[in-house]
Amino acid sequence: MKLVVIAGPPSAGKTAVVRQIVRTFQDSETIAYLKIDVVRAFEDEELRKEFGIPARKIYSGDLCPDHAGIMVMQDAIAWAGCEGAGILVVESAGLCLRCSPYVTRALGIVVISAISGTHAPLKMGPMLSLADVAVVTRIDLVSQAEKEVFREQIREVAPAIDIIETNAVQGTGMRYLMRRIAGMEEIADPETIELRGVPPLGVCTVCVGKKEIGWQHHFGVVRQLEGADWIFRGE
Amino acid sequence: MDPEIAEITVLPGKDKNGGTEHFERIVIRPGETLSIVGPTGSGKSALINDIELFASNDTVTGRTVLVNGTVPPEEIVRDPAKKPVALITQGTKCLADLAVREFLEMHVRSRKIVRKGIVEETIALANEFTGEKIAADARVASLSGGQTRSLMVADAVTIGNTPIIILDEIENAGIFRDRVIEVLKAYKKALVFVTHDPLVALMCDRRIVMCNGTVVRVIERCGEEDRALEAIRKMDGLLCALRERIRAGESITEAVFAV
Repeated sequence: MKLVVIAGPPSAGKTAVVRQIVRTFQDSETIAYLKIDVVRAFEDEELRKEFGIPARKIYSGDLCPDHAGIMVMQDAIAWAGCEGAGILVVESAGLCLRCSPYVTRALGIVVISAISGTHAPLKMGPMLSLADVAVVTRIDLVSQAEKEVFREQIREVAPAIDIIETNAVQGTGMRYLMRRIAGMEEIADPETIELRGVPPLGVCTVCVGKKEIGWQHHFGVVRQLEGADWIFRGE
Repeated sequence: MDPEIAEITVLPGKDKNGGTEHFERIVIRPGETLSIVGPTGSGKSALINDIELFASNDTVTGRTVLVNGTVPPEEIVRDPAKKPVALITQGTKCLADLAVREFLEMHVRSRKIVRKGIVEETIALANEFTGEKIAADARVASLSGGQTRSLMVADAVTIGNTPIIILDEIENAGIFRDRVIEVLKAYKKALVFVTHDPLVALMCDRRIVMCNGTVVRVIERCGEEDRALEAIRKMDGLLCALRERIRAGESITEAVFAV
């Protein structure tokens, strides 16, 4: 089985990219799809209805959705295996741009909308820099100058990344992504899969639902406004 | 842009029923104008997408597009700064919150162009295409459709220095189509129009007729349509003059057409 992990900000066109992947490979493989989101998601139902593929979702609730994705990844691979899938596509919620759900032995795809502004790539951290491929969507809507500058900004953050410009609804330019997926290696042993990068250090007590403001009330990774010489306060 | 690009060749693909298209090859050279006509859904957009992407029997149409007779290197197909084609559609916008001058300077910097005066030249060229004057300090996001299209065509000519410019249904954008055709001929650019506009279609050197996803006919411009073109030019001139008068608040009380 091949594993494809798709991340990117909300409304960037992640699911449009998934649709193109399914259209391209559905005749030769079973494609399983997992959507990770926070409170509501509909993509799994849409894709199951449209293509009849095994699709499911998980809500992360109070947990960071990328952390939730990391927790369930092994289970997801086992589930997709039972479904006889040749490709498992995992789509992230795509919230804070800091974490990145990419793992080793998978293809990491970040989807960014060309209309999100020329500085958008510079504001993105590991979600962009740890990906293998950046799919830039809605390329038909922006001027030549902005297209070129957007590409340069991506290169500044991720010099070696494979950039694919597309109108994902029509699928223009997607042949390069499909070629990449077709050439991927299968996962030999799921036990050997690891996170590509270290996520932002741990979690703090805000993450688990404490509502007080001010670092005095929290532990884990905390930060003061002034003189943050130490930023870790353990239990 | 690569000044070495002498011609683009489109090789036939398949129609919607799987039959081979009825043309041998379509060659586009600098200084030529080409229009693509046909009803909605006939495959006009698919054809320009094939050209813009340099299809290599890997799009739905199965067409192949060559540069100077050979399959172009992937780099010039994938990097928009190296691609010899600029596609400008009705949906293409300048989104940046920048003045026209800053916007063009951004493109000049990105292309590492050192020539002085190119920004002013671009704005002056854009103003040849539109009746609504573009000021250097206007915000790009607040330009009208016609101003935006004019600016993007001028940008593709000067800063982009792109040998082939594709304009997708720009007739509604309020730009002087005949000026664009004349000026781009002078700049030795190849110009491809997807159009429903009789003036544009008849002005072009060649007209590609699409139906059911395939090229059904290529009409070379010859003298036979010149009379029709002359009449359309007159009508267009009349409509333009009327448009200006209506904009200026005049009442049009005389008979405008000799019926």
